[in-house]
Amino acid sequence: MPETTPTPQHNPEHAPTQVEQRAMDLATSEAVAIPTQASSREEVVAAGDGLLSAEEARSLASDAWHELRRNAFFVVSAILIVLLILIAAFPGMFTTTDPRDANLKDHYLGAPQWSHFFQADWFGYDGQGHSIYSRVIYGARASIIVGIVTTAFVAVLGTLIGMLAGYFGGWIDAVLSRVVDIFFAIPLLLGALVIMQAIKDRNEWTVVLALGALGWTQIARIMRGSVMQVKNADYVTAARALGASTWRILWKHIMPNAIAPVIVVSTISLGVFISSEATLSFLGIGLQEPTVSWGLDISSAGDVLRDAPHAVFFPSAFLSITVLSFIMLGDAVRDALDPKLR
Amino acid sequence: MSTEPVLRVENLVKHFPLTRGVLIQKKIGAVRAVDGVSFDLQPGETLGLVGESGCGKSTVAKLLMNLERVSAGRIVFKGQDITHASGSALKAVRRNIQMVFQDPYTSLNPRMTVGDIIGEPYDIHPEVAPKGDRRKKVQDLLDVVGLNPEHINRYPHQFSGGQRQRIGIARGLALNPEVIICDEPVSALDVSVQAQVINLMERLQGEFGLSYIFIAHDLSVVRHISDRVAVMYLGKIVEVGTEDQIYEHPTHPYTQALLSAVPVPDPEGRETRERIILTGDVPSPANPPSGCRFRTRCWKAQDICAKEEPLLEVRAGLGDTAHASACHFAEVMEIVHTTN
Repeated sequence: MPETTPTPQHNPEHAPTQVEQRAMDLATSEAVAIPTQASSREEVVAAGDGLLSAEEARSLASDAWHELRRNAFFVVSAILIVLLILIAAFPGMFTTTDPRDANLKDHYLGAPQWSHFFQADWFGYDGQGHSIYSRVIYGARASIIVGIVTTAFVAVLGTLIGMLAGYFGGWIDAVLSRVVDIFFAIPLLLGALVIMQAIKDRNEWTVVLALGALGWTQIARIMRGSVMQVKNADYVTAARALGASTWRILWKHIMPNAIAPVIVVSTISLGVFISSEATLSFLGIGLQEPTVSWGLDISSAGDVLRDAPHAVFFPSAFLSITVLSFIMLGDAVRDALDPKLR
Repeated sequence: MSTEPVLRVENLVKHFPLTRGVLIQKKIGAVRAVDGVSFDLQPGETLGLVGESGCGKSTVAKLLMNLERVSAGRIVFKGQDITHASGSALKAVRRNIQMVFQDPYTSLNPRMTVGDIIGEPYDIHPEVAPKGDRRKKVQDLLDVVGLNPEHINRYPHQFSGGQRQRIGIARGLALNPEVIICDEPVSALDVSVQAQVINLMERLQGEFGLSYIFIAHDLSVVRHISDRVAVMYLGKIVEVGTEDQIYEHPTHPYTQALLSAVPVPDPEGRETRERIILTGDVPSPANPPSGCRFRTRCWKAQDICAKEEPLLEVRAGLGDTAHASACHFAEVMEIVHTTN
C-alpha cells in the first residue's frame, strides 16, 4: 500500500487541519491505488483501513461528547451548572439555616466570616438579619426555574415558528414574520413589566409566562434564516428526489443542520431570562416576598449598600456566575455539534 | 435499439414565470428554460446531454425527477405517463428513477452517518428492504462502490471528494432503479478522481443494467461514457446522434463550434486545427430569437433561419452518418481529428 506524502494541490488556499490532512492522504492514496478498474475495490478498502483504523466509528452524540470532555470551558461551566441545579433542587443539602430566619438584634448587617465554611454567617447577614449564605442558596431555585423553563418554552415555540416560516415561505412566511415583527417590537423588560403589573399573585410561573410570551422572537428569526439557508442544500433536494415526506425533510435534514445557532442563542438567552427575572424582582414587580430570589435580595440590599456591600455582592456574584456558565456552555456545545469545526 | 424505451420524453417544456410586484403579482413574461425537448432512453443506454451553462440541461434533470412541475409535454416511463404523478404513484416512480448530484460536498447531509445516508432510501421505501436487512444492504452498497463497508458510521466530512461521490452513487443505487440521472457527477472532482468515478459508473451500468442520462459540459467525459449524445442550446436540443456521429461528423454549427473548443492534448494538433470562435452572447431565454435560436451567432444564418424554425430531423444528403440535427443548412464538418 503506497503511503504517499500529501500532494500540495488539494488544499492550496489554507493550511490543512488534521481532518483535511487525513482526507488528503486518503484522496492521494486512492488516486495512486487505482491503476486498473479490476483491482479498485480491494485497494481502496485497504487504503481506507490503513489510515483511519485508529479512530473508531462514533455517532454524532458520542462524537460531540468526546469533543466536549476535552473542552475546559465546557467542563467548568458544566460543573457549575450541575452544582447550581443541585442547589436549586436540594437547598437543604447545602445549608441548615432557614433563609427567612431573621435576627435583627444579633445579626443586623453582620460581616462575612470567611473561615466559617457553609455556616450561616459565612457570607454575613443582611439588613433584616437573614443569613446571606442561606438566602443565596435558597434563591437559586427561582432563577434556575425561570431560566430553564422560559428557555425551553421559547426554544420550542421559536424553532417551530421559524421552521414553518423559513421552509414554506410564501404567505405562511409573510403572516408569521409579521407576527414576529410585532412581538419583536415590544421590549422584553417593558413588556414583561406591563404583563406582570396586570397579575396580582406573582410567582415563578407568572414570570416564565411574561418572559416567554415576549422572548421567542429572536429564536424564531434566527431559525427562519437558518432554515432558508439549509433548505436549498443539495441534500434536501436529494431527500426530496428519494420521495421523503415534508415531515421527514424538516426533522431529519433541515432541523439538525439549522438548529446550531438556536442552541447558542438559547443558552445565551437563558442567562438573559435569569437576569430579567432578577431585574423584575429588583424593580419590585417580579417575584414577591416571602419568595427568596437573588433579584429581591439585590434590591433590598441596595438600601444598605454603603454599610454592607457584601449584602449586594453575594447574590450578584451568584447571578453573574450562573449567567456566565450558561453562556460558556452554549459556546462549547455549539462547537461540539458542528462536525465541520472538528 | 428497437426495444421499448425505458424513458421517453415528448416535447418537454418548462417556463418559469417572471413576476413583478410584491402583493399583487403580475406575470410579465417567462424564462423558457426548457422549450420542447424530446428524446428516448433505451434500456442499458447512456444518453449524454451537453450544452453550456444556462441551456436548460439541469432543468431537464429536475423535470425528470419531478422536482419541478412540467409546464407542458410528457414524460413516459416504460409506457406509463408519469408527467403529473403524485402521491404513491410518484413515490413508486422515484424508486425507478434516481439521481446523482453534481457537488459531493453539498449533496450529503453533514449530520448523518454514511450508513444513514445510504440507508435513507430504505426508510422512505420500507417495502424494498426489511428492517433487519438494511445494515447488510448498506454495507453491500458501500462495497459495490469501492468503499470500506466498515466505514458505515463515518460522517461525510471524513471522506475525500471522490469517495463522497461514491457515497452519492451508492445512495442512488439503493432502491435498485432502472434510470439514473447524473447531473454533472464529476465536474466538481479532480481530474484524476473523475476517471475513477466514471469507470465505477460504467462498471455499475453493466452490473445492474442501468440506463444513464449523463448531463455534463465536459465533452470528452461525455464522449467517454455515452452511447448517444444530445446537444442543447437555449432550451432546445439542436443535434442528437450516436457518440461517433456527434463527435466525428457533427452537422449543426453549434455542435461544431462547441467541439472546436475542446482542448486537444497534442501540441502539434493544437497548432493546426481550426477553431470556430462564436461572436456575441447567448440570447436571454426570456426573449429567445425567432426561428432558429442559434441564428444570432451563426455564420451560416440566412433569412429563412429567422422565419422558420428548423426541426430536429434527419436531413437528406448527409451520407451514411446521417442523424437528427436542427439546422436548415446541416452539413458534416470534421472538427475532431483524433479517434477517441
